[in-house]
Amino acid sequence: MSSALSLAHEPVTGIRHGKLGMWIFLASEVMFFSGFFTAFIILRNSNLSVFAHGASELNWPLAALNTVNLIVSSLTMAMAILSLEHGNKSKFQLYMGITFLCACGFLVIKYIEYTTKFAHGIFPGTNSFFGLYFTMTGFHAIHVIGGMLPIGWMLAKSFTKRGYQDWERVEILGLYWHFVDLVWIFLFPVLYLIF
Amino acid sequence: MSAVATHLEQGHAATHDAHAHHDHAHHSVSFIRKYIFSTDHKQIAKQFLTSSLFFLLVGGAFALFIRWQIAYPGEPIPVVGKWLPDTLVSSGAVQPGFYTQLVTMHATVMIFFVIIPMATGAFANFCIPLMIGTDDMAMPTINMISFWLVPVAGLTIMSGFFVEGGTAAAGWTNYPPLSASGTGHMLWVIGIFLVGFSSILGGMNYLATVLNKRAKGMRMFDLPLTVWALFITSVLQVLGTPVLASAASLLFVDQVFHAGIFIPENLLTPTGGLFPSGANVGSGGGGQPVLFQHLFWFYSHPAVYIMILPIMGVVSDVLATFARKAIFGYKAMVFAVMAIAFLGFVVWGHHMFLSGMSPLLGTTFMLSTIVIAVPSSIKIFNWLGTIWKGNIHFTTPNLNALGFISTFVCGGLSGVFMAIGPIDVYIHDTYFIVAHIHYVLFGGALFGIFAGIYYWYPKMFGKMYNETLGKFHFALTFITFNLCFFPMHMIGVGGHMRRIHDPYVYEFLKPFQPINQFITIFAILMGFSQLILIFNFLWSLKFGRPAPRNPWRANTLEWAAPAHPGHGNFDRDITVYRGPYEFASPESKRDYLPQWIRPAHIEKEEVVAAEKH
Repeated sequence: MSSALSLAHEPVTGIRHGKLGMWIFLASEVMFFSGFFTAFIILRNSNLSVFAHGASELNWPLAALNTVNLIVSSLTMAMAILSLEHGNKSKFQLYMGITFLCACGFLVIKYIEYTTKFAHGIFPGTNSFFGLYFTMTGFHAIHVIGGMLPIGWMLAKSFTKRGYQDWERVEILGLYWHFVDLVWIFLFPVLYLIF
Repeated sequence: MSAVATHLEQGHAATHDAHAHHDHAHHSVSFIRKYIFSTDHKQIAKQFLTSSLFFLLVGGAFALFIRWQIAYPGEPIPVVGKWLPDTLVSSGAVQPGFYTQLVTMHATVMIFFVIIPMATGAFANFCIPLMIGTDDMAMPTINMISFWLVPVAGLTIMSGFFVEGGTAAAGWTNYPPLSASGTGHMLWVIGIFLVGFSSILGGMNYLATVLNKRAKGMRMFDLPLTVWALFITSVLQVLGTPVLASAASLLFVDQVFHAGIFIPENLLTPTGGLFPSGANVGSGGGGQPVLFQHLFWFYSHPAVYIMILPIMGVVSDVLATFARKAIFGYKAMVFAVMAIAFLGFVVWGHHMFLSGMSPLLGTTFMLSTIVIAVPSSIKIFNWLGTIWKGNIHFTTPNLNALGFISTFVCGGLSGVFMAIGPIDVYIHDTYFIVAHIHYVLFGGALFGIFAGIYYWYPKMFGKMYNETLGKFHFALTFITFNLCFFPMHMIGVGGHMRRIHDPYVYEFLKPFQPINQFITIFAILMGFSQLILIFNFLWSLKFGRPAPRNPWRANTLEWAAPAHPGHGNFDRDITVYRGPYEFASPESKRDYLPQWIRPAHIEKEEVVAAEKH
């Protein structure tokens, strides 16, 4: 029972466990969305007219707005990490807040898009294009919500007396957030812009 | 022990979360945190082991029902037949609908809730931190979640038995359009999604742990083959499972909304067809059932290797220890596992030779599949090289490992038959396939799992199992296994279908009934032989003699830990000085030289290390 027991040493790779885990998780996520894109490519090639017609019914200007929305949130996320690393609490709160608001805005626009579709009698069961559209954007929206929870938690924590200092953890969240952004960058042209 | 644990906890806390520091200051863990929602990798391994053994009995019971019906169609199931509801049995005999549910659930339970959680849940959790000389997983909380998703998923799938229309009945592959309707199939899809998530979280953790938490001095090529195999398996889990998740999600959309992603157009008509209209059924898009098969097998072929690679690792360690010889061709073994894993991703089409794919594509899948025989043969050859002229100890783990090799070779060779397209066209969906899958998954994976359970039982529970009972269990299982599954090759080549409620509606299958009865008798004996394992397991927990620290005189790091390691695992600092298979080393007078013994202290420390209980 020596006091020199140091099994929990520094990570061998020099990368924090959580960060390494996140990279591995993101690899897994890439494969998850790849499954959807594969299905999209295969089904599109055998149903060109259904897919072209479906895409033309989508509201691309709103989606373009959402693209800007997510890119801005990715930028502010990066700046939030940098601010916290430099110990600038108020800037961290500002940038993290903007990130959170952008995410909210994204969901609001998504909600408008979905409800308009429902009002026009378009549902996931309408055809294979809309089946894929709602599945892919739906899973993406779930990922956005999944990112908003820790963003909100960290933000709320930084307003408490003890504050929030673990910038590395924000960085790990940032990896995830950029990934969610990147998925949208692929979803946007594939779903909305190819007629 | 608790002083050490506290120290480790604090070290852990200081590194990872400054805020959690004070929570761990004194080491008193509640019952729930210790036994139920535990984050200790050994406890999680035991949870995986227990749940898998439970599901093994459930899945085994399903198999016996199937065998009874095939051997004695229309006759009431003995003992339990009269207890089952009329929706499943008619006057005690299995109904056709129930039969397809049994076939589906037997495979689902055995694959997703027994072999995968056992191989990658129980063994990975138990072995990785101990064998790399660290205190716990890289992400203990995620590890806990990874386990608790399994019973939730299991209950979700099992609840299918209580919904209208019964549980999933489209075979474990659950191909649409058959699987695209019915509550039972929806529950199956949800359950598979959850258990897949468990698999991904587990794989993530194992990769991060092996990369980040190896003991001082331990290079990747100092890892025991069990850890190597688990490491590469984790890559398969992380990259393969999500594709199954996306296929399952799309199938779910088809089930709920009839979107026509996998359901072909002519089945999706507003006025009739298999899926009569809702207001939501619009123009429809031509769904592609074969697309599901591609996505499904993109995961499920690597899943075959998720089930077998860890076991190959376990068997390598067991063989080397009990042959008292170094693994023959250690690096070749590692690269062979990598090659199998890589090839595993490019061969999925060989499950679909009869799906109507282009023969040219079929040929590429055929060639890539046959190439897998090369790394597999390297492994078999190296195992034989390992035990060649070794000082072989026929202990229970070693018997099971040898059983693994012999049955796996048999299953592997019948696999080569199936890889060849023209032959597969003939034997596809016959009992030949059933024989093959059971030779690799029961004869292969399960014997390896038994080897692992017996091998690490002393370290897991601090007690020795009963060797006589263990050998008895092995002998009975091995004999009944071969008598049960070998005849299936013959009836398969004779044209016996893989999934058929009553084969004897066909004149040409009638002569097979005596063989089927023979198979069933040995299947029942084999099923009940497993009670010996359960009895041995439970009896030894209470009455087994206390295990020494290193009962097998093995070299890997888990044997440096106390006989029954507590939280934090080790009571000494671990530095690795050599590879894991230094048996009969000229440096030492003994026939083994553990990884953790300092070169300068070989003579002095090895006595202390090996004999201290």
